[in-house]
Amino acid sequence: MKTMTCPLNGVRNISEFVCGGEVRAMPDPASGTDAEWADYVFMENNKAGVVREWWCHTPTSFWFIAERDTVTDEVLRTYPAGDVFTARRDFDAPNEGGA
Amino acid sequence: MPFGLLKYGLFPSRRVPRRIPPTPELKPSYDVVIIGGGGHGLAAAYYLATVHGITNVAVLEKGYLAGGNTARNTAIIRSNYLTPEGVRFYDESVRLYQGLSNELGFNIMYSERGHLTLAHTDAAVRTMRWRAEVNKHCGVNSELIFPNDIRKLAPSLNLSQDVRYPILAALHHPPGSIARHDAVAWGYAIGAARRGVEIHQQTEVTGLKREGNRIVAVETNRGTVACGKVLQAVAGSSTRLADMAGFRLPIKTVPLQACVSQPLKPFLDPIIVSGSLHAYISQSSRGELVMGGSTDPYSLYSTRSTLEFKETLMAHMLELFPFLSEVRLLRQWAGMADMTPDFSPVMGETPLANYYLDAGWGTWGFKATPVCGKRMAETVATGKAPDILHAFRLSRFEEFAQAGERGAASVGH
Repeated sequence: MKTMTCPLNGVRNISEFVCGGEVRAMPDPASGTDAEWADYVFMENNKAGVVREWWCHTPTSFWFIAERDTVTDEVLRTYPAGDVFTARRDFDAPNEGGA
Repeated sequence: MPFGLLKYGLFPSRRVPRRIPPTPELKPSYDVVIIGGGGHGLAAAYYLATVHGITNVAVLEKGYLAGGNTARNTAIIRSNYLTPEGVRFYDESVRLYQGLSNELGFNIMYSERGHLTLAHTDAAVRTMRWRAEVNKHCGVNSELIFPNDIRKLAPSLNLSQDVRYPILAALHHPPGSIARHDAVAWGYAIGAARRGVEIHQQTEVTGLKREGNRIVAVETNRGTVACGKVLQAVAGSSTRLADMAGFRLPIKTVPLQACVSQPLKPFLDPIIVSGSLHAYISQSSRGELVMGGSTDPYSLYSTRSTLEFKETLMAHMLELFPFLSEVRLLRQWAGMADMTPDFSPVMGETPLANYYLDAGWGTWGFKATPVCGKRMAETVATGKAPDILHAFRLSRFEEFAQAGERGAASVGH
C-alpha cells in the first residue's frame, strides 16, 4: 500500500496520512463509567481482517473514514465521516464531574 | 592437538548432538502449557523446571523454535528506562543476561558495548537528564555526556554542528549490550528440554476450552491437551489468543522493521540510538551494521518490508554516519510488535484463574527475556505475580495507573 484515496483530495501518497484509530462508539459523556472510559481509551479490538478507521490527510487536516484490511495491507474504501455521522452530537448534557 | 583435530576433521563418523529433541507426540495433559516457543516462553519453561521443579510442561510453537520476534529483534540489552519500576525490572534482566552464558552452559555471545542515546533538542536533553537521574537513583549506571566525551566513545559519529539535527548531548549507559538472539532462545530450550520440558514445534493453538473461570484444555492442530495452567507468550498474536481466552488487551499489532548492512571491519563499539532521528545502529560480532527505526505508522498483521522505511531510516543514518553511503544493505525484515498505550509490557494475572499473560512487548521484548521468563515462571508456579511485575499488570489500565515509558522507548515512536 503506497497510496490512499482521500475523499477530499483524491489519490495521495500514504505518507501524507495518519491513522487515528478504529471508529468506535464513545461512552455517553453524561453517564459513562470509569470502566467504560478505560475500555474506550485503552483497549483495542486489534482485529486481523477488515477494520474501519479514522484517517487524516495531514496537509489539509481532513478527517475521513477508511476501510482497511490489516492482514493484506490493502485499503478497500474511503469516505467522508459525514456518511456515518449524520446527526450532530449533543455534548451539553449535565456533567457532574465538573470541568 | 593438531593431530587430534586433523583426525576429527577427516573422519566423518562424528555426529553433532541434537540438543533440542524432535517434537514428541502430545500427551493428554500437562501441568503447564506454554503457548509460544520464542525466547520468553522458553525462558519461562526453563525457570519453571529449574527454579520451581515443574517439568510436566509443554511449549507449543506455531512455527519453528524462536522464529517469531525472537528472530526479528535487534538484540539490544539495556536498562536505562524512565520509570523506577521499569528501571528495576530491566536492570534485573541485564544482571541475568550478564551471567546467562554460564547459567545455560551455552554461549549467547553477550557483548557489553555501552549505549548512547543521542539528544538533538533541549527537550531531549532534559529527558536524558531525567533518565540519568532515575537510573542513578535505582543503582543503574547512566550519565549525561556531551560531544567531547561522545567523540571519545564513537569517533566515527558525525558530531558536526552544521547538520539538520546537531548532537547536543547523549545519555551514556555503559552496561548496554548486544547478544546473539537465537542463542538465547536455544540455550533456554536446551536447558528446559534437558529437564523434561516438551517442545512442540509446528503446533498451532486453534482454540481454548473454557469452563467457568478456567481454561481446561488447549486445542491445537495436533489434538487437544488438558492443562493445569496456561502461559500465553505470543508477541504479535497476543490479541488473537486473548480473544480465544475471552478477555481484551490494550494492544495494537504494528510492524517493526529492521535491516543489516554488508559486514564491515569493526569500527563501531557502542550502540547508537537517536530518538529524534528515529534511528538506531550497532555493529554485530559478524561486522554487520544492525539498523532499525520506529514502528510502522499504522497497525498491520504482516511482516512485509517497505521502501518508505528504508528511505527515511537511511536519510537519518547518513546524517549520523555520512561515510555509510557507500555501504550496501544485506537483509531486511519485520516483526509484528505488540504496541501498548504506555510503552510498557502487560504481564501477570488475567481475568481467568489459571491463565497468565506475557504480552505487550512492543519494541522492547528481547532485552527482558531472562527476567520475564524467571518472573512469569514464578507467577505461574505460585499463581500470583511477584511485586516486580505489579506495575505491568493488565488491570493498570482500568485503574488509570499506566507505567509511561514512551520517553525511554528505543526511538521516538
